[in-house]
Amino acid sequence: MDAGTESELVPMKNRTTVERKSERELVVTRTFNGPARLVFEAWTKPELFRQWWVPKSMGMSLLSCEMDVRVGGKYRLEFEPDAMAFFGTYLEVTPHSRLVWTNEEGGEGGPVTTVTFEEKGGKTLLVMHELYSSKEALDNAGSGAADAMVETFAQLDELLLTLGASVG
Amino acid sequence: MVQYTSGRLDASFAALSDPTRRGVLEQLGRADASITDLAETFHMTLTGMRKHVGVLEQAGLVTTEKVGRVRICNLGPRRLEEEAAWIERYRQLWDARFDELDKVVEELKRKEKVDGRRNRE
Repeated sequence: MDAGTESELVPMKNRTTVERKSERELVVTRTFNGPARLVFEAWTKPELFRQWWVPKSMGMSLLSCEMDVRVGGKYRLEFEPDAMAFFGTYLEVTPHSRLVWTNEEGGEGGPVTTVTFEEKGGKTLLVMHELYSSKEALDNAGSGAADAMVETFAQLDELLLTLGASVG
Repeated sequence: MVQYTSGRLDASFAALSDPTRRGVLEQLGRADASITDLAETFHMTLTGMRKHVGVLEQAGLVTTEKVGRVRICNLGPRRLEEEAAWIERYRQLWDARFDELDKVVEELKRKEKVDGRRNRE
């Protein structure tokens, strides 16, 4: 092993951005220090997916995670302690570059999520795009998310306050 | 997107971190209300509700106005910033997720390296 290997193993922290691109669209971006096939793998293999989808700061854990990653295949995520579930159908599956799925837990007309993986120089730019059926649906997702966060993201609140305090 | 100074960000998050205060904002989003109305709706004392409204007012999320003997509350000038605040919370969630995903990707890279070495042997 050469001396340079150690420092390569220290992960560099990349920035996450979220932008409301239009009245109906929300876009999240982040670069990962690895090839697209590995990042894609982490989004499509349940045993890997469940390692990162529920960060400790959420104060919850995944009870089950089923993913049938192919066009028309279903996914279902169940959380504890409050048995909340997220589920939907994969509309597009292009290995290492593109995933599209529906979000059906809120009934029909739920948002459609598109994730693209773009590799450049061994790094992967990930863009997650959520398209809502209307401006109102996205507005409601915001206030609905705020409601849901009351309980589930209580720990995130604390984190935010800590972060907010350290900014100034 | 709206740019925050850290002090205002602090005040916003502190104000939004309480479920009652979020409820008050939601209520005021539907219609203006007096502090007495709000206290009743949320089963609180007047003093308790005054305190919550005070925090929201300081964060600029709510304004109050004395009409006769009643203090009426309505959503403040920072409605748009309220949206920016939930987007920021959403960003924090994804940031936390992606920090974990970083670790998964590092682990996969490490495994590939080891496997690659093994295959060459």
